[in-house]
Amino acid sequence: MTAFYDFRDMRDASTEILAPETVLPSEPENKQMRGAEILVRGLIRNGVDTIFGLPGGAVLHIYDELWRFRDEITHYLVRHEQGAVHAAEGYARATGKVGAAIVTSGPGATNAVTGIATAYMDSIPLVVITGQVPLPVIGTDAFQEVDTFGLTLPIVKHSYLVRDVRDLAAIIDEAFHIAATGKPGPVVIDVPKDITGIICDKPRKRFEPVLREDLFFPADEAILDMIADRLIEAERPIFYVGGGIVTSGAADELMKVVELLQAPVTPTLMGLGGFPTAHKLSLGMLGMHGTYAANMGVSEADLLVAVGVRFDDRVTGKLATFAPQAEIIHIDIDPSNIGKVKQPHISLVSDARSALERIAARLEARDAAELNAGKAKREPWWKKLKEWLDAVPFGCTYSATDINPQQVIEELHRLTNGNAIIVTDVGQHQMWAAQFYPFKRSRQWLTSGGLGTMGFGLPAAMGAQLACPDQTVVAVVGDGGFQMTNQEIITAIQYKIPMKVLIMNNGYLGMVRQWQEMFYDRAYSEVDLSVSPDFVKLAEAYGALGLRATTPGELTEVLQKGLAHDGVTIWDIVVTKEENVFPIIPAGQDTRNMILKSAE
Amino acid sequence: MRNTLSILVANEPGELSRIVGLFSARGYNIETISVGKTLEEGWSRCTIVTEGDDAVIDQILKQCIRLARVREAKSVTSLPHIEREMALIDVSARTPDNRSEIKNLVDIFRAKIVDITHDRLIIEASGNKEKVDRFIGLLEPFGMNEIVRTGYVAINTLGSAAARTMAGDSTS
Repeated sequence: MTAFYDFRDMRDASTEILAPETVLPSEPENKQMRGAEILVRGLIRNGVDTIFGLPGGAVLHIYDELWRFRDEITHYLVRHEQGAVHAAEGYARATGKVGAAIVTSGPGATNAVTGIATAYMDSIPLVVITGQVPLPVIGTDAFQEVDTFGLTLPIVKHSYLVRDVRDLAAIIDEAFHIAATGKPGPVVIDVPKDITGIICDKPRKRFEPVLREDLFFPADEAILDMIADRLIEAERPIFYVGGGIVTSGAADELMKVVELLQAPVTPTLMGLGGFPTAHKLSLGMLGMHGTYAANMGVSEADLLVAVGVRFDDRVTGKLATFAPQAEIIHIDIDPSNIGKVKQPHISLVSDARSALERIAARLEARDAAELNAGKAKREPWWKKLKEWLDAVPFGCTYSATDINPQQVIEELHRLTNGNAIIVTDVGQHQMWAAQFYPFKRSRQWLTSGGLGTMGFGLPAAMGAQLACPDQTVVAVVGDGGFQMTNQEIITAIQYKIPMKVLIMNNGYLGMVRQWQEMFYDRAYSEVDLSVSPDFVKLAEAYGALGLRATTPGELTEVLQKGLAHDGVTIWDIVVTKEENVFPIIPAGQDTRNMILKSAE
Repeated sequence: MRNTLSILVANEPGELSRIVGLFSARGYNIETISVGKTLEEGWSRCTIVTEGDDAVIDQILKQCIRLARVREAKSVTSLPHIEREMALIDVSARTPDNRSEIKNLVDIFRAKIVDITHDRLIIEASGNKEKVDRFIGLLEPFGMNEIVRTGYVAINTLGSAAARTMAGDSTS
């Protein structure tokens, strides 16, 4: 195996990364071990105490070792491999640690693919172990054989097909290193069954991380100074911040910079929580379903400070008219994100935290007078932003007969004191949760942003709840997505994982229906889910607490009761059937074509 | 714009497919690709000829360097360079006149006849794109049976600075 090295956090530039100890105290150096034991010890050595999976033929040796090591590593038996990967993602998203999942060959691996792609799109650190048929029969269309390496090639940060048991220990250490450093991402280790059964006398190599000089860009002092100048001079600046803030733990540094400048901040969907939604400098979310103020602000800004973002199409709309007047500063850890869709004027390849830390230090070193002059210059800008904020606030209408979906989120927010970890699928419920639950902190909002995976929420909430046993974790899902992975309720019951699942039941694939209503003359093609199981009875069949609310009068009590339950709660909240998410910028259009409310 | 990229990648199973997969996933076309060992054990040099303006090439290089087992990705074309390709050409030579005419062309282009029968020749030719293309063009009237081309390899000239790598400028 070739020694390999990855980007790493700039702050670590001067410190040497230490390879994990290849030998545990309990692990005699010269002990002869079979591959499966090396693998499980490798997981433990890399800090894994929780793993999600489902066994099969190709991973039997590994499961045998997992049984032996069950006091050190807890395996959670999911009911479908997609659930295993999403649960590991939920665990990773809630903590920032590397999530771990294990599945068997063939269908086990193909079922895991959706989860791996979800993690890849959102830069979530995962190590996924997939079983494989024995090396000698690879390529013979053996039973449960699939080319997992090839299948996952475009959706992994890196992957391995283990060909020699003597490489296994180093591969595992490297996999965890690659998953967690630089821009995180999923790593797949495909392990043929015979490798796990062979006794290994001596590892061939130890993993030793070395700094990748070519990927390491020490922040140029001159550029940092230039950025600080621009920030102070700008009359109409906006900070456009994304998942990079959450991933690098840059919330405090961001706060410091924008408070020094009194500059407005708009997070992306992935950046929610990285800056408190309710803060006076917050304009709320940017993009397709973002606030009027944030989108208008970006259209009128003279300086766009893009940190930990990738100019996703759900944010920019029509690219040519995105931030047309602004000078763009782009800070991102991934050099390929710089200029990928929008060419910045100034760019800095760096993790968000160390970039913002250094910018803050520069701002602090400036004259108070200079900073104050800058703030004064921005007063007219704030006046305009406040007008926009007041002109179109997120609003929710209340009805006597129907529960409004936005109202559900408002009430959930109130009853959880704004402290719950909210996990979602994709669609209308996701946008309402993003709009109506003001987040206070990073990693409080876990959502499938890039891939937009229905069925992500429930198993991811399970993983998040395991990682954060003292927190209230609520999966907010639609009646469509819920039915894609609801088999994992029984996993939560089995392991007494007290997550809450809130189904926003409108009897539709709601977001598709909304687009059909708005852009396809109300031709509701195949979106009707009015024939669905009785979710309360279904919950009860699983042994969970099932609760239903159909009228606004019932909502509070039903939510309270479910939150108070010391176990799994499934809420069937029957909401207005044809409510739409507003505002909406139709796909690929100019921000200014934002539609604020229904045509009626 | 035609561009020749030089990528240093670990000589491990699957790593080349990662690069090729990246090209197809991002919608970039590969005109030619050639791979060979380098002086450093365990590392291969992959030369890819592709089409794209500066922004596209820059993006391709950044995407390549992001791969865990790619250590260097640069555009050779951006600086003075030497580029070569070899072709094996199976051409008809049905008359003695044809044969001597072909022999003349072979001499002019400093190619080599490597196999011969009473009515066919196999010619080995090498050079840059223009030379090989022109040579093939001139042989066409005689009747081509088959052409096998290696794809390009390229190296920056000794006088030129190190080729532009993606790790370069931070302002643009």
